[in-house]
Amino acid sequence: MSGPSDYQPSNPALQWIERRLPIIGLVHSSFVVYPTPRNLNYWWTFGAILSFMLGMQILTGVILAMHYTPHADLAFKSVELLVRDVNYGWLLRNMHACGASMFFFAVYVHMLRGLYYGSYKEPREVLWILGVIIYLLMMATGFMGYVLPWGQMSFWGATVITNLFSAIPYVGESIVTLLWGGYSVGNPTLNRFFSLHYLLPFVIAGVVVLHVWALHVAGQNNPDGVEPKTEKDTVPFTPHATIKDGFGVACFMLLYAWFIFYMPNYLGDADNYIPANPGVTPPHIVPEWYYLPFYAILRSIPNKLAGVIGMFSAIIILCFLPWLDAARTKSSKYRPLAKQFFWIFVAVCILLGYLGAQPPEGIYVIAGRVLTFCYFAYFLIVLPLLSRIEKPRPVPNSISEAILAKSGKAVASVAVMLVAAGALFFGSLQDARANEGSDKPPGNKWSFAGPFGHYDRGTLQRGLKVYKEVCSSCHGLSYIAFRNLAEAGGPGYSVAQAAAFASDYKVKDGPNDAGDMFERPGRPADYFPSPFPNEQAARAANGGAAPPDLSLITKARSYGRGFPMFIVDFFTQYQEQGPDYVSAVLQGFEDKVPEGVTIPEGSYYNKYFPGHAIKMPKPLSDGQVTYDDGSPTTVAQYSKDVTTFLMWTAEPHMEARKRMGFQVFIFLIIFAGLMYFTKKKVWADSH
Amino acid sequence: MNPDASTIAAGAPIEVDLSPVAEGQDIKVFWRGKPIYISHRTKKQIDEARAVNVASLPDPQSDEARVKSGHEQWLVVIGICTHLGCIPIAHEGNYDGFFCPCHGSQYDSSGRIRQGPAPANLPVPPYQFVSDTKIQIG
Ligand code: FES
Repeated sequence: MSGPSDYQPSNPALQWIERRLPIIGLVHSSFVVYPTPRNLNYWWTFGAILSFMLGMQILTGVILAMHYTPHADLAFKSVELLVRDVNYGWLLRNMHACGASMFFFAVYVHMLRGLYYGSYKEPREVLWILGVIIYLLMMATGFMGYVLPWGQMSFWGATVITNLFSAIPYVGESIVTLLWGGYSVGNPTLNRFFSLHYLLPFVIAGVVVLHVWALHVAGQNNPDGVEPKTEKDTVPFTPHATIKDGFGVACFMLLYAWFIFYMPNYLGDADNYIPANPGVTPPHIVPEWYYLPFYAILRSIPNKLAGVIGMFSAIIILCFLPWLDAARTKSSKYRPLAKQFFWIFVAVCILLGYLGAQPPEGIYVIAGRVLTFCYFAYFLIVLPLLSRIEKPRPVPNSISEAILAKSGKAVASVAVMLVAAGALFFGSLQDARANEGSDKPPGNKWSFAGPFGHYDRGTLQRGLKVYKEVCSSCHGLSYIAFRNLAEAGGPGYSVAQAAAFASDYKVKDGPNDAGDMFERPGRPADYFPSPFPNEQAARAANGGAAPPDLSLITKARSYGRGFPMFIVDFFTQYQEQGPDYVSAVLQGFEDKVPEGVTIPEGSYYNKYFPGHAIKMPKPLSDGQVTYDDGSPTTVAQYSKDVTTFLMWTAEPHMEARKRMGFQVFIFLIIFAGLMYFTKKKVWADSH
Repeated sequence: MNPDASTIAAGAPIEVDLSPVAEGQDIKVFWRGKPIYISHRTKKQIDEARAVNVASLPDPQSDEARVKSGHEQWLVVIGICTHLGCIPIAHEGNYDGFFCPCHGSQYDSSGRIRQGPAPANLPVPPYQFVSDTKIQIG
């Protein structure tokens, strides 16, 4: 993309094409001989990582769209069935959902790299602004994608975000109606979001082409911020940059695979496994993690319009960065003060993100205001001021000189990073205090936990028995079909056993030729019948609280892990909040109500239920269900069995997921290793 | 991209029977996909709503202007937080009214904003009494 190419293919057929459409020459000049600064570090591989992620999202997204139904009544179910029944549907969905997070993670690194090394400065202003546009489009796409599964967080996230526009004076309300296509978020909203969610990635791809074009006109910036002057300063893109990017992508895929195969729900919200309900707002609405800093800014400004303006300007301000920071020196490597403030700014963003996830009360509100001020101060006060008062260190004359003198060490920034760590630690203390007094479910040893987790067949079979004899009188299991009982990774029944199990049930079918509904024995393809014909009946029969469907309950319930733990969980792969909670509630009934807690009539005291007043009477008692394999018939054993069973109903392909994860990891580690040594060889005489 | 004809048609007025709602209770009905709270207020709630100095409110409106005269005990409001659209919870918060769990706005027993980021009172939908125990919303 940098001017006409003099590349001439040797193959006559290619020559014929080249004379009519010089596309091979274009690729050759842009991605083969294109000179790239030889001092680029690994932060520069994030451009390639981002292109990889965009391709990944489009690819998985197109296939997902083939199985998804954009309708308010069907969307949630279609996503669940996609995960359960489509070949590798669980993999596609995890790749797409975790992919969004990884995409944002990469884009944040990419942006901060640009910020640190001054990549937005002359002559790269347009390049930078195009990047901000891509980021904005990504945010819109990510938001609309999050709405599509039509869970509780999808619905209420959509409500809150679309309502942001109602803050605009005069025209706000009509804009919101236009976004909704109705009087509230509903089916028309879902339809248009689906359409736009499919469209925008291709718009992003288009802007990415412009972004790369602008990049190849202005040339890449580099860690020393001096433009390449001679041949000695650059290396050809291929093989040098390609192989380095390849290695970067391989490493990034390791992280990506960690989420896909081991922590698919780590970054999601348990509430999104509850189907959207326009009548109930979840007690604590949080957006996806990548919007949290902006959400914190929105909430810390006590006026609606000002809050919305603050939030949007936090992003728009990036467009003006090239003019706010007028310093001539590009790279913060040579700007002692700018470097410090950069790390402070990173800490501010992380802390804002942390606050965005906390309830808006007390200390969090005040901290949010202080940090919001710091965020804007960085752009509006610190950067303009620094460019006037800071004395930068001398910049090397050329890139090759910089490489020779490679000895500069970043000591000062370590101090600032310590400050940032201290700030996080302080946050953790606050958090620990806030969590005192609430009963956290005790942890359990689950056979399905960890990287090699698997379901114990006996436990699943006993759990099914408990469900059938106890839970099923009130709770449905509507995403599970009888055939699932005979599938690999499940309770391990034979097809004949599953069919026999099914035939014990009466299933409503019809209408027959006479137009009547009739009952027949269940078949393997039928789903577990629900105990109540509809939600209203379930509610009426249970004192106003409808018993939830249990198919997804272990994924739809969770509890906060608090600051230090949620980071530890990432490494220990702890994903069992749901099962821990479910089994704790099953065993948490106590006859003696502690002082200070009042339980309304028709409710029961439960130690672990939020608010302690649960409508469900104590469901299990010792000896209630008989086991024929000699397992103890105690409440503890029952809850363990039924919780394991419900974990399986929530995630029937978990064993396949973890097994494949192991294979993928072996492959990726070998692949990344090979890439690394190839890269070393290629770069051997370039350093 | 505005609402289509069927959506508009489905937004026609609805009638609600109030007789089963006892004093101090409230019901939630849906109209145009929006939750409408109908509360049967107690004497105490009415008095509290009328005792405040209207001029001191963030969105000044008297309780008289928000209910139908002769039916003071009935408060009919759209249960959508004027901040960012969550559904406030009835009988919570410091003002005997509604509390929004999303960003902590608090409304009093007349549905007026008293505290928090919401800029306006809970809107009163168009409605009238067709009889003493029945209203038509819309
Ligand atoms: S939506 Fe009610 S306080 Fe924000």
